[in-house]
Amino acid sequence: MIYKRPESMQLVSTHYCAGCGHGVAHRLICEVIDELGIRERVLAVAPVGCAVLAYDYWNFDVTEAAHGRAPAVATGMKRCNPDKIVFTYQGDGDLAAIGAGEIVNAANRGELISVFFTNNANYGMTGGQMAPTTMLGQATTTSPSGRDARREGWPMKVIEMLAQLDGVVYAARCAVHTPKHVREAKKAIRAAFDAQIAGAGFAIVELLAACPVGWGVKPTEAVQVIEQQMIPAYPLGTLKQVAGAAPAAP
Amino acid sequence: MTTPATNKPAVTKLMAGNHALAEGAVQAGCDAYFGYPITPQNEVPEYMAKRMAEEGRVFLQSESELAAISMVMGAAVTGKRVMTTSSSPGISLMQEGISFLCGCELPAVLANVVRGGPGLGNIAAAQSDYFQSVKGGGHGDYRLLVIAPASVQEMFDFVFWAFDLAFKYRNPALILTDGLIGQMMEPVTFREPTWPRATPVSFDCSDWALTGARGRPPRSIKSLYLGDGVLEAHNAKLQAKYARAMAEEVRYEAVETDDADLVFVAYGICARVCRETLARLRAQGVKAGLLRPLTLWPFPSAWLAEHAARFAHIMVVELSCGQMIEDVQLAVGNRCPVSFYGRTGGGIVTCQELTTVARERIGTTVAA
Repeated sequence: MIYKRPESMQLVSTHYCAGCGHGVAHRLICEVIDELGIRERVLAVAPVGCAVLAYDYWNFDVTEAAHGRAPAVATGMKRCNPDKIVFTYQGDGDLAAIGAGEIVNAANRGELISVFFTNNANYGMTGGQMAPTTMLGQATTTSPSGRDARREGWPMKVIEMLAQLDGVVYAARCAVHTPKHVREAKKAIRAAFDAQIAGAGFAIVELLAACPVGWGVKPTEAVQVIEQQMIPAYPLGTLKQVAGAAPAAP
Repeated sequence: MTTPATNKPAVTKLMAGNHALAEGAVQAGCDAYFGYPITPQNEVPEYMAKRMAEEGRVFLQSESELAAISMVMGAAVTGKRVMTTSSSPGISLMQEGISFLCGCELPAVLANVVRGGPGLGNIAAAQSDYFQSVKGGGHGDYRLLVIAPASVQEMFDFVFWAFDLAFKYRNPALILTDGLIGQMMEPVTFREPTWPRATPVSFDCSDWALTGARGRPPRSIKSLYLGDGVLEAHNAKLQAKYARAMAEEVRYEAVETDDADLVFVAYGICARVCRETLARLRAQGVKAGLLRPLTLWPFPSAWLAEHAARFAHIMVVELSCGQMIEDVQLAVGNRCPVSFYGRTGGGIVTCQELTTVARERIGTTVAA
């Protein structure tokens, strides 16, 4: 097997920081799109957040969306173009805070879209502020003494919440900080696209990702943060997979 | 897929303005409608829910106006003819998406069936969203193409015009109407209108729409321009587009203005009242006229600048505390006195009160 750049990725450098999880997440999505042979049918929605420039890195059609509105934009795209493969790529501030209404309702309608949700427990792009997913005790620029549940609420478990909705056919949480986790994440991304292709319903994959700069740690330490702090707070696994949305046999 | 002109006799029906607006959209080839309930425009999504399904097109009730305008954006990036409607508080929520549509240069048709404000206001007719419509409303340097129907027939006709404008300029076009025109019933003839539309517009978006990167490089649609000078160049491009619209799209009706001493300036429902009033005034020997802007942006400023010096008094009539009057004053300058008469909160200007007020105004002005 030759390790090469997926056709779905452009030959450019990204602006992502050392140790950031976005690059791996982008690549996994592109590998799956290549393997499914759907690149020419893909319409993607880039978020507001660190991945705002994703359209410069992906070799398929992409639109921007206002902060949090990606699921609604994707809804308009897919409803008008049911033959296309539509996905959103969103961060935790975008999806879980300002876009909470859009993601919940798109999921509840069972929109035939796939959502890739990168959770790095802070607002990276704007300089490391508190997100709905910031962990208890985690210091950010807007929770300098650490997140206190009584003051700022609890880390939001988006996948668990959305899995309750009947429109959701696939919901999984993965991580992208070790080769083993990357392999699992790729399977989940594949399953999320499979669910859309099968016409089964709404699919979402949460990807726990490191943000060394936002967390104020070295990239190597960030891996430990994911292992020791994020995964205990956000258990990995497939939370929901209904019949008809199963991934194709390998 | 505009309904072609055929040899079939034109159908005329008695309809409410909101229904006429919706049927106009269907017949103008609207591919998709997204909207959220709000009074006094609920007849539009209700009608569209039924008719779009009959036509095999897209209708979806969104979870909010924020989502509705974002769904509009999603359809628009793929080159579809897409529309949403709302009323004042809902249009306020849509300002984010409207700014994005303008920044991304996307065509869409919007309609605001205006109700009283500010805040929740009330559900009666108003014209108090003029500033929001023609001056921005959302963030950034952008313009909407804003047109104002004054009858139920025009509610039908102007949707065709709005789609023309939206696609000609790749920019949202806004039909600014009100709860009175939306609710009142008048005969409507279903026909493909030829006026005030201009030359036929192409709805072909194949050179820019997101259709999948098959046999071509990938496309992105965005309003984000971070590089040095890039956003300024983008804004210059938008402004050149708006300058072209100002040169080509101004539409108005000048009614009995040739010999007029008193000229009303009014749009929408107020223009209807002013037209009746000027007939009464003329019967009483007062030479009254009416300038009715059909386009609120671009505004018929040039007409006012050219003709204002001939008039003794210009009276701006709005269902607001005075918004369009600012554009009238800008155009008129010191060429002619300009005064305002308006009602809010569901109060409707009547011919009787307008006749009395107009006579007072012209009397004062002439005497001075």
